[in-house]
Amino acid sequence: MTDMLRQKLLPVLTIVAAIAVIWYGFTVYLNAPWQLDQYEKTATEWSMTDLVRDTMAHDRPVLPAPHQVVAEIWKTTVKKKVTSKRSLIYHSWITLSSTLLGFVMGTFTGMMLAIFIVENRAMDKSLMPWIITSQTIPILAIAPMIIVVLNAVGLSGLLPKALISTYLSFFPIAVGMVKGLRSPDPMLIDLMRTYNCSRWQLFFTLRLPSSVPYLFTSMKIAIAISLVGAIVGELPTGAVAGLGARLLSGSYYGQTIQIWSALLTAATLAALLVIAVNIAAQITHRMMGVPK
Amino acid sequence: MTGLQKLLNAAAALCGLYALVDGFTALSPALLLAAGLVVVCGMRLSPVLAAALPVVICPQLDLVISLIAAGAVLAALQDGMAGAVWAIAIAAWLHGWLAVEKTMADDADATGFNWVVSLGVPLFFGFWLLFFWEALTIGLGIPTVLLPPPSMIGARLVTSTAILMADFQQTFLKAVLAGYTIGCGSAFVIAILVDRSNFLRRGFLPIGNFISALPIIGVAPIMVMWFGFDWQSKAAVVVIMTFFPMMVNTLSGLSAASAMERDLFDTYAAGYWQTLFKLQLPAAMPFIFNALKINSTLALIGAIVAEFFGTPIVGIGFRISTEVGRMNLDMVWAEIAVAALAGSASYGALSLLERRITFWHPSYRTK
Repeated sequence: MTDMLRQKLLPVLTIVAAIAVIWYGFTVYLNAPWQLDQYEKTATEWSMTDLVRDTMAHDRPVLPAPHQVVAEIWKTTVKKKVTSKRSLIYHSWITLSSTLLGFVMGTFTGMMLAIFIVENRAMDKSLMPWIITSQTIPILAIAPMIIVVLNAVGLSGLLPKALISTYLSFFPIAVGMVKGLRSPDPMLIDLMRTYNCSRWQLFFTLRLPSSVPYLFTSMKIAIAISLVGAIVGELPTGAVAGLGARLLSGSYYGQTIQIWSALLTAATLAALLVIAVNIAAQITHRMMGVPK
Repeated sequence: MTGLQKLLNAAAALCGLYALVDGFTALSPALLLAAGLVVVCGMRLSPVLAAALPVVICPQLDLVISLIAAGAVLAALQDGMAGAVWAIAIAAWLHGWLAVEKTMADDADATGFNWVVSLGVPLFFGFWLLFFWEALTIGLGIPTVLLPPPSMIGARLVTSTAILMADFQQTFLKAVLAGYTIGCGSAFVIAILVDRSNFLRRGFLPIGNFISALPIIGVAPIMVMWFGFDWQSKAAVVVIMTFFPMMVNTLSGLSAASAMERDLFDTYAAGYWQTLFKLQLPAAMPFIFNALKINSTLALIGAIVAEFFGTPIVGIGFRISTEVGRMNLDMVWAEIAVAALAGSASYGALSLLERRITFWHPSYRTK
């Protein structure tokens, strides 16, 4: 146990601490010009400790100090009612629901595509290059337009945002699943043939089970990217609700602390989602007896 | 013919038959010809005829018929789409699929590189995507403010070349290239430095992995606040977005060489730099190219999204956001086409370079 701590946790914590120190340094450095200006205007005497203290207490700092962001998150999660429009939990839930819907649709689409690609060679040659090309379209960049257009057609609310997530998340799933479905050893496939199994028996008893580890690896990428899609999808909705809307309204009104707290919440959400997929993967692997 | 091929052929013939019966008086001569050809092709299903005339089952025949039918449908699009025309469009597509299916079956046992299969088939699929896009938008009368047909976007690409070039220059040549070079370059150097210390590597790898999964694009408004409206702030977003995937991949790549190989280098008394250049970096190349390819799309997205938060009056992202407001969707799609083309071209160039540099990798040595 202590060995694991020293091997894994200690290096990570060291780097995190280093990042915090650098962050604090930049907070002072970036906020100092405005503060010095203030001192000059009010003709106050100041020492270095004053400067450090004051630069970390701005209302709209260029770069907020970590503890300011944490305090803002604390204020908007624990101290606000969940239903309040100013609660970050409320906004996170809105983003999370479209993330999950998009992720589920993307996973389904990706798996279906992968099955077609593996089972039919014409599909493989026709679809695969276009699946790769589809991701060179900067969908995140045109997400706002797609949302506006879908709203015009009458699709509003959760679904347009989820569609952006779907478009982003089907790709890693499709690519990973194709790799997984093709991963069985040719020897095993030959063995199945000697058992005279049909194409579908081969698929369900050999190909599908061996693709599961690949599927979970892809799902980790897909769920993180779904979250990004949902956040960007919220940007054009007129800053109504969701983490993306918090980002946008923060940038409109120069509320840097609000931007950073939304960013940090999104980061935490991403971490939690990836961890959840990881746990699901471990449970499934244990049930299937996948070697570690 | 296999089961699937017979099924496709029969379905196409049925569609053609329906079109003939339903629209015999209303259809144009070209459409009637197409429908007739499709129905005649259905006769190949009788085993006697197929055995007597082997030429009628070659894939080229299906290709020609599908193209004739598609051309006839495109020519008739403006007059509105009746059920019979849709049937011919579907029959045309089924014949196209049939042609591909047969080509694939012929190629199944062949060894070596086949240009028709590797390039022709994907392009053919792209043709059908555009065909149905065009047919659906015009045939169903979808307003151009929602989804313009490809022909209109193509016309826009030709007529607005000057604006598109200026936007491309601002977004791609300035912001993306600068940010991509700085981001990937610095991440590469830092990864090599970090790799010297076991402790630092253990710290940086999980954190880098974590940050790569974050919605980094959210820093765009902050970067615009810090670096101003011009391309520098976009380049800064690109630097941050490309840095972590590159660092993580380079770090994992540098430790990809096996213990045996390292031992061999030790027995040769190789120094740090010799090991780095002759063992670690070559072994890391597949990982590095993976990051470079991921980053080529990320960089484009970063630069375009950053332009939504403030920009001078030029740039792909600026044009997209303003032309959406003015309902000029054809211009928006033209910009998207430019971006997709730039993205695909960089991806393709990187793939070719990867093939040249990591020619030893197993994935390039098998077919």
